[in-house]
Amino acid sequence: MPKKSDTARKLDDVGIEIDGDVESAEEDKKTKGRGAKKPAAGKRGKAAASEDGEDEDEDDEPPKGRRAANKKKAAQADEEDSDDDIPQRRCAGNRRRGKVRESGRDGENEKSGRKSRKGGNKKKDGKGKGKDKENDKDSDKDEKKKKNSSGDDSKSDEEEESMSEGEMAKLMEEVEEKKKLIANIRNKPWRMRRRLKVLKEAQQFVDKFEGALGKGKGRKLYAYKVMMMKVLMGLPYGSIPRKTVPRDEQATAMDYSVLMDFNGYCKYSVLFYGYYNNQRTIGLLKFRLPLSYLLVGIGTFGYSLMVVIRTMAKNADVGGGDGEDNEFTFAWKMFTSWDYLIGNAETADNKYASITTSFKESIVDEQENQKDENIHLRRFLRVLANFLITCTLGGSGYLIYFVVKRSQEFANMDNLSWYEKNELEIIMSLLGLVGPMLFETIAELEEYHPRIALKWQLGRIFALFLGNLYTFLLALFDEVNSKLEEEDSIKNASIWFVKEYYANYSANNPNDTGTPPPIDPADIIRGPCWETTVGIEFVKLTISDIQVTYLTILIGDFLRALIVRFLNYCWCWDLEAGWPSYGEFDISGNVLGLVFNQGMIWMGAFYAPGLLGINVLRLLTSMYYQCWAVMACNVPHERVFKASKSNNFYMGLLLLILFLSLLPVVYTIMSLPPSFDCGPFSGKERMFDVIMETIDLDLPAFMGTLFGYVANPGLIIPAVLLMVLAIYYLNSVSEAYKNANMELKKKMQMARDEEKNRRNNKDSTNQVMKDLEDLLPNRAHAPPENRAEKKHDQGGKSPKVKPGTAGGGVHLQKDVSLASANPSARGPVTRAPGPRGPGPLPGQPGPGRGQGPPPRRQ
Amino acid sequence: MGNKQTIFTDEQLDAYQDCTFFTRKEILRLHGRYHELAPHLVPMDYTNDPDVKVPLALIVNMPELKENPFRNRIVESFSEDGKGNLSFNDFVDMFSVLSEMAPRELKAIYAFKIYDFNVDNYICKEDLEKTLNRLTKEELTPEEVILVCEKAIEEADLDGDNKLSFADFENMISRAPDFLSTFHIRI
Repeated sequence: MPKKSDTARKLDDVGIEIDGDVESAEEDKKTKGRGAKKPAAGKRGKAAASEDGEDEDEDDEPPKGRRAANKKKAAQADEEDSDDDIPQRRCAGNRRRGKVRESGRDGENEKSGRKSRKGGNKKKDGKGKGKDKENDKDSDKDEKKKKNSSGDDSKSDEEEESMSEGEMAKLMEEVEEKKKLIANIRNKPWRMRRRLKVLKEAQQFVDKFEGALGKGKGRKLYAYKVMMMKVLMGLPYGSIPRKTVPRDEQATAMDYSVLMDFNGYCKYSVLFYGYYNNQRTIGLLKFRLPLSYLLVGIGTFGYSLMVVIRTMAKNADVGGGDGEDNEFTFAWKMFTSWDYLIGNAETADNKYASITTSFKESIVDEQENQKDENIHLRRFLRVLANFLITCTLGGSGYLIYFVVKRSQEFANMDNLSWYEKNELEIIMSLLGLVGPMLFETIAELEEYHPRIALKWQLGRIFALFLGNLYTFLLALFDEVNSKLEEEDSIKNASIWFVKEYYANYSANNPNDTGTPPPIDPADIIRGPCWETTVGIEFVKLTISDIQVTYLTILIGDFLRALIVRFLNYCWCWDLEAGWPSYGEFDISGNVLGLVFNQGMIWMGAFYAPGLLGINVLRLLTSMYYQCWAVMACNVPHERVFKASKSNNFYMGLLLLILFLSLLPVVYTIMSLPPSFDCGPFSGKERMFDVIMETIDLDLPAFMGTLFGYVANPGLIIPAVLLMVLAIYYLNSVSEAYKNANMELKKKMQMARDEEKNRRNNKDSTNQVMKDLEDLLPNRAHAPPENRAEKKHDQGGKSPKVKPGTAGGGVHLQKDVSLASANPSARGPVTRAPGPRGPGPLPGQPGPGRGQGPPPRRQ
Repeated sequence: MGNKQTIFTDEQLDAYQDCTFFTRKEILRLHGRYHELAPHLVPMDYTNDPDVKVPLALIVNMPELKENPFRNRIVESFSEDGKGNLSFNDFVDMFSVLSEMAPRELKAIYAFKIYDFNVDNYICKEDLEKTLNRLTKEELTPEEVILVCEKAIEEADLDGDNKLSFADFENMISRAPDFLSTFHIRI
């Protein structure tokens, strides 16, 4: 932390001087280190072919550093430091922080290791073939130069360096080189200390990269490291600006409150979009991080869509195959509701309770069918309820918009209280808590059937959540747009800063043709990185959601259960049966919560890949936590609904939210420019440019032209048209099947009813049926009569079938179908007289009406 | 426990395998369970088909049946004498029918038997009332019970005799989505 003051200075002219010092210090060190080479040390740069290997290395560093990562340079400097004097270290100190420390430690280890080995080499050295070997070395050096000195990089910190294309071959060569170096090192006219160091480094290099290239012991470890470090993350923390906490934030970056807001170190961690680098390929495997980032982001949506729709289709299949559900409500409940697998007393008790409630529910259904009330009042109440709920929804939307706006004001202020910082999350969570309760109260006005009421309720809660989320999102987009504007100026400032830095550097060191040491990543001016901001908002939302859910369970269920259970001994009324009672486990509400949570994952995962991990943890813990809560302090829900029946309802909600969360993400991918200095797409015009780039660079040329054709509007529009037509066609086909299905069902029903009738007739209704049959031709052509007869018919039959029935509603339906069944079941018969119809028809109505009733009463 | 081979001969095992939905191993395990119910009654050696029956009271205490409201009826309908005493054959038969592999038709036959409390080959109102009371632990009011029973008969009765024959029952149960998954005991 004391180095901060240095940085501040560096930003001014002073910084340049310091860098100058660094350079001269390095030279000093060189001259000190090897007295013999002093003259050569003055002229650095490409001409220095005569210098020994290590000098070469140092020369190579700056270009490399410029090209790839600043960190390398720092690390290497560090290693040199171990040999060097203190002033150098002080200056370089600014540059290598954190990470470099590790390599420093490594260096020490190396040294101790080297010492043991040195003994053997030394003896051979004594033989004095010094001069020849030096020439060899020089040639080696030249080679190295050509190869961009990647060998050195990898030597000092290959972990941190990511390999570029064609590096494989280079690596091989380097490994060979290093081997040669190891074989010849005893002939070099170096001080033993330096020789040992070089030897150690060379050996390490060979070990590691031989492993990578297919032989040697380091292979597995290497492969693992490559996979984990390079392939997945690219450069580690601190290597480049986007992965480093800016200097002025570093003091507080580790504070708890800052971390809780997902700022500080969190903000520059793998959790968020900004961390990922835009390097095209990483490592030996040429892992294309930006491309895979985009493809995974989009692929997730595609896959989720597929899964949801497949599941819905499957559910629809199962549901459709069974015919009408209403046919055997009570019989099925009677004979199939007990699960013979139950072997646990508690489960059995719950099952008894749920069966009882389900029977009661069906009974209520039945009675409701018969009910007949003041329809105007009810309509009015329903309209009123919907009006109130719309108001609530609008109000909550406005509240959130207001709060988001306010939070943007807060963002520019200091000294915020805890509430002001977390206002948005708190308000959203509170709305999520209060809204559903409000809806439930309002819904009582409507007097819907419980099952329908539940769906309304769920739909409304869903609308509330979604409305809140979308308002939040819109407000966020406002912020994003302002950040995008802000970004332009910052971008210029950043570029200007870097240019200035290099200009100052060369101005202050006119005789130095090399490149200046790179700027510390913490000092570079950053853009706002709106993607990370969005990601942080989503993560914060998720976290506060988790907190609210857990607290609700703890207070609303556990505490309540405790009070009800233990205060019951000394209370005026029965707490368990009376008012507070135990909490119910609200299955539908919880499922809805899951659905909503899933929506947030879909929306946020693109900007905050770490959200997935957080949610996995959340779901795991909440499964066990809620399981405990349900078993310990909840009672079964009073109304039990068949999960399989509402499956598609929930899946429909899931599909809706998937679609809605897809919109903003795709919108940003397609139309917002990515931040210029963070994330895998930085430097691109649009995020999807990554795909174009891959097509251009990695696929054979003809593929590029192929894609060009495919992406042509001339092809896309007809394709879309074709798809629309296909959808239309399939739709009408399914419609036709549905109709056919309905027909078949009707026929089955008729057959069944007819059979029933026939048997009934055998007992006592023979006469009636005969009369009916006599009347048949008339009935087919004289609908009004039909109606009358049906009613009579029903009146006549019901006493027979079920004396004292209470369920008139269903009964009535049955009889209606029964009566209407006859004419169509006897289709052939009725149709035959059809042509003759006109004759008898005019005369029929009279007799028909006259004949009908009397026989029935017999 | 001695030598497993002596419980059944190979032919017996093959025969059981053919007659049930179980494998040899499961047959042997069933025998183990059967033996556990009444260790003093049931011999380990079944090679000569001993005529042993375990009374209902012992069988309904198996954990698989203990919580089942129809446990007595289940055992009774599978016992040859109708009183609930199960020979090993009956025992195996019972779990075979209740196993996952048994087809719907077979299950329907035995389900009909189980719900036919008064064994008159019809499920009449009386049977339904008993079924309902066991399912709900008699929590419904008498009017509700009557209503439900009437509704159930009305729904399923094809021939209008105010009681369910097997044909009615099968027609109804064959379309029930949950029947197969609920009429199933794992042992």
